[in-house]
Amino acid sequence: MFFQQLLNGVTLGSIYALIALGYTMVYGILLMINFAHSEIFMSGAFFGYFFYQLFSRISFFQEKIFFFIFFLFLCSMFSTALLGIFIEQVAYKPLRRAPRLAPLISAIGVSIFIQNFFMLFVSNQSVAYPQIFPLKKYNFSLLEINSLQIFIIFLSISLMLVLRFFIQYTKLGKATRAVSQDRETASLMGINVNRIISLTFFIGAGLGGAAGILNGMYYGSIKYNMGFLPGIKAFTAAVLGGIGNISGAMFGGYILGICEAFTAGFIPGGAEWKDVFAFAILILVLLLKPSGLLGTQLKKV
Amino acid sequence: MIFIEKKIFLFLLIFFLLFLPPLGQSLGMYYTLHISALIGIYLLLILGLNLILGFVGLLDLGFIAFYACGAYLSALLSIRGWNFCLVLPATIILTVLLRLLLGLPALRLRGDYLAIVTLGFGEIMRLVLNNWDGLTNGPKGLPRVGEAISSPKFFFLTFQSDLSFYYLILFFVILGIIVSRRLDNSRIGRAWIAIREDELAAETCGINVDKVKLFAFCFSAIYAATAGVLYTHWIKFISPESFTFWESVLLVSMVVLGGMGSIPGVILATILVIGVPEFLRGLLGTQLVNYRMLFFGLGLVLMVIFRPQGIVPSKRRELELHPSNE
Repeated sequence: MFFQQLLNGVTLGSIYALIALGYTMVYGILLMINFAHSEIFMSGAFFGYFFYQLFSRISFFQEKIFFFIFFLFLCSMFSTALLGIFIEQVAYKPLRRAPRLAPLISAIGVSIFIQNFFMLFVSNQSVAYPQIFPLKKYNFSLLEINSLQIFIIFLSISLMLVLRFFIQYTKLGKATRAVSQDRETASLMGINVNRIISLTFFIGAGLGGAAGILNGMYYGSIKYNMGFLPGIKAFTAAVLGGIGNISGAMFGGYILGICEAFTAGFIPGGAEWKDVFAFAILILVLLLKPSGLLGTQLKKV
Repeated sequence: MIFIEKKIFLFLLIFFLLFLPPLGQSLGMYYTLHISALIGIYLLLILGLNLILGFVGLLDLGFIAFYACGAYLSALLSIRGWNFCLVLPATIILTVLLRLLLGLPALRLRGDYLAIVTLGFGEIMRLVLNNWDGLTNGPKGLPRVGEAISSPKFFFLTFQSDLSFYYLILFFVILGIIVSRRLDNSRIGRAWIAIREDELAAETCGINVDKVKLFAFCFSAIYAATAGVLYTHWIKFISPESFTFWESVLLVSMVVLGGMGSIPGVILATILVIGVPEFLRGLLGTQLVNYRMLFFGLGLVLMVIFRPQGIVPSKRRELELHPSNE
């Protein structure tokens, strides 16, 4: 039972960690909370659904399941990433010099718009998510694991490793780190700051989109308002790990996922109260240790 | 000149709110009364939020939690047979205490962090109302079968009919507007604006920033609690569904649309956002009204980018928002 809940927690945590990366990267560079990120996550799930409908009609993909999944994720993540850049260009870029509340309110506006757009023009009901590959169960003595859980954990960890490699070892990654450290000095060193900000939104939104598909596959249905709760929990994860800190977001995501699974599994009536628990963590961390578990001291909270 | 314009605006507003519902009723459009009462309740909420968001510049995304608190407390007390004269002050006091409890630790945070803490608190409030079956009857709402919320009674005055109750709401709205205006022009109102413009400078000028902020934070809860009490007694049924995060967002958006810190602005925005779509629903059908949130989101983004001072800008705020030489 313990290991079973741990596995549930890690699966959930992988999804939270992927979303949290988007929050934390944007915060690291722009010092703003990208409120529309939960809607990006939701649109990722819907893009995945559209591409599934499209690809399942192409005969080439019907035999080769690997390519099917690969292209499904690639295309959906790319579309979501483009949406992320679009939002940044339209709603945040004009407000870069405005007071700090302005982009937050603009983000809320974007969030309302996207949610209602999907409600009005796509579906106002829950949409059943397609089973992309056959579900196999593997039984060990202590826990039962299915192929979907393995897939979710494997894919999110590999995406995070790729991101880690990108940030740590490539030239663009170095530029990203430089911009988040000091935007003005970075621009003096010849870094195109605007392009780096767009890149951040591109990566963050792409990862959020992947999380959306994984979430849809895991729970089996998607809806226009599905983004809010995972979004706010992922934000909690980002805060927990120290906002602006990339490893912190991953770490926070897993901690939150595991805590949630244990609350739901071991405390009587915990399933109803697990969301309260997540929000309580959010408030307590912000009040007691706003720099997070892994974060360095923030200049100004 | 501006002063006269404001007077005309207020006069028109009061005239409109005073005579529209009876006029609508006599024409057979009974929903006018209901919509006007709803506008009145939202006006109270907006005026309260305007204190904290407009005057002091603190973003509160969980304001609806205190509205919910007011509504549920008053329902619980009213079901137990308390008189309205006691329900109202008791609810206000308890709600303000709760607000104080949140404000004491939370106001140390600034900007978006405060917004997130208040958001979290708002969600916790909704979830508690939803899950605490024994007290709140969970998602089924209050009152339970066999219980009832009584009509408000002041000693010898009973607000039995809907129209008389509407005038009671209107009385509180006008009181709220007057209090808001007096606060805006008072010493403490100027302190709030000083804090909004530059907290450090305000502190250097001898303003006790923490105290003044906490005062605004708690004072806004009085508005929320009153609105909650009136809502409960008007609808006579409440459930956690009415107090979601999106309601808080709607309130914040109305303050932004109207112009932060501008009392005529936020009043106008409330009437536009709450009232006009409901009247249009009667004329143009439900289909169009479903699109309002879409345009609303778009409007919010455009407003922040192109006209951050709002529809009717506050004079002081406008001066502040002029391009700085940064």
